Amino acid sequence: MSAQERTPVDIPGTYMFDGVFALKGYPLNKMCYSFNAAANRAAFLEDEDTYCARFGLNDEQRDAVRRRDVLALLESGGNVYYLAKFAGIFGLGVQDIGAQQTGMSVDAFRAKLKAAAG
Amino acid sequence: MAQLVGAICTSHIPAIGHAIARGQQQDPYWQPFFAGYPRAREWLTAANPDVAVMVYNDHGLNFFLDKMPTFAIGAATEYRNADEGWGLPTVAPYLGDPGLSWHVIESLVADEFDVTSCQEMLVDHAFTVPLELLWPGRSRPGLRTVPVCLNTIQHPLPSPMRCFKLGQAIGRAIASYPQNIRAVVIGTGGLSHQLDGERAGFINKAFDLMCLEKIVDDPLALTRYTIHDLVLLAGTQGVELISWLVARGTLAAHVTMVHSHYHVPVSNTAAGLMVLQNAA
Repeated sequence: MSAQERTPVDIPGTYMFDGVFALKGYPLNKMCYSFNAAANRAAFLEDEDTYCARFGLNDEQRDAVRRRDVLALLESGGNVYYLAKFAGIFGLGVQDIGAQQTGMSVDAFRAKLKAAAG
Repeated sequence: MAQLVGAICTSHIPAIGHAIARGQQQDPYWQPFFAGYPRAREWLTAANPDVAVMVYNDHGLNFFLDKMPTFAIGAATEYRNADEGWGLPTVAPYLGDPGLSWHVIESLVADEFDVTSCQEMLVDHAFTVPLELLWPGRSRPGLRTVPVCLNTIQHPLPSPMRCFKLGQAIGRAIASYPQNIRAVVIGTGGLSHQLDGERAGFINKAFDLMCLEKIVDDPLALTRYTIHDLVLLAGTQGVELISWLVARGTLAAHVTMVHSHYHVPVSNTAAGLMVLQNAA
């Protein structure tokens, strides 16, 4: 059996951002994509409810945004590249969101990365 | 006729851009990473390319999910960088080479790669960071660029084999360009890393080192992986290895490895660098 014929198995702790997620997450990702512009980041901070309503987030997405919960944002269709722009509003980088998703302190997450050097 | 002087594969982590902007190259955290680059710059100085064909993936600066091309080629006179939303300083535009771009587009479509052509294209850190790393302070004035952007955001992604074949087709396109130019192909991204999910922080040094070995003399071994395999073995963003496979594909079957470097970690990522040229 060639590699192409194997049935992919789920990879634990991993979201494959495919058509199903892309469809579900479209409003959320569209909002996060808008955060490339500083004026939009400011508008979000000024009035989060109004800003989210403009993009038509569903309740699950709105709640995940309110809680700044990265795993819930992924679950509701968010893609990490757009979510990074959302996290950037709060000055959070990939190590901060890595720590949040793995339930570690940022220092512990950094230590884990360093340990991967072997 | 155009000449392909070689290929460079390098990571493009945004944190590198921050470190360059802050002048932190000699800091203890950064020194082991930046120490890999002087040799690549020496080689570039000697190889003296006029054009860099940049094979990279956009991270939501130019493309959104409304229109997501699998393969997009820039065909503009210049490429602007812009705010990506999380604080990386914006850098000055890079020059394009529309003549070479259109030749590559025509050649690829004739070769059955139906690419998307872009006369306006913002380029993100995956394009700018490697250029700032390889030519610090724009040390090669007048360098022209051709962006080749791969979709790594929304699955299905192009397979490793397809990307290798795209590289072969780009190699044929450069070889048939009648202008007397010198081109280098730069594939950016990787190596293993994962930003999202409970598996965030995943790095696989053993797999990376195997890739660094195979890409030189046996790149076909890497083309046998599926995208799913790469996610499993290299992490969700480790799929950026496909940019390396495009770059490798532009070269001949037999290459000389000029230089390679590997350092863990840079931010959340295993950083790799490789300089290859066709064997004499």
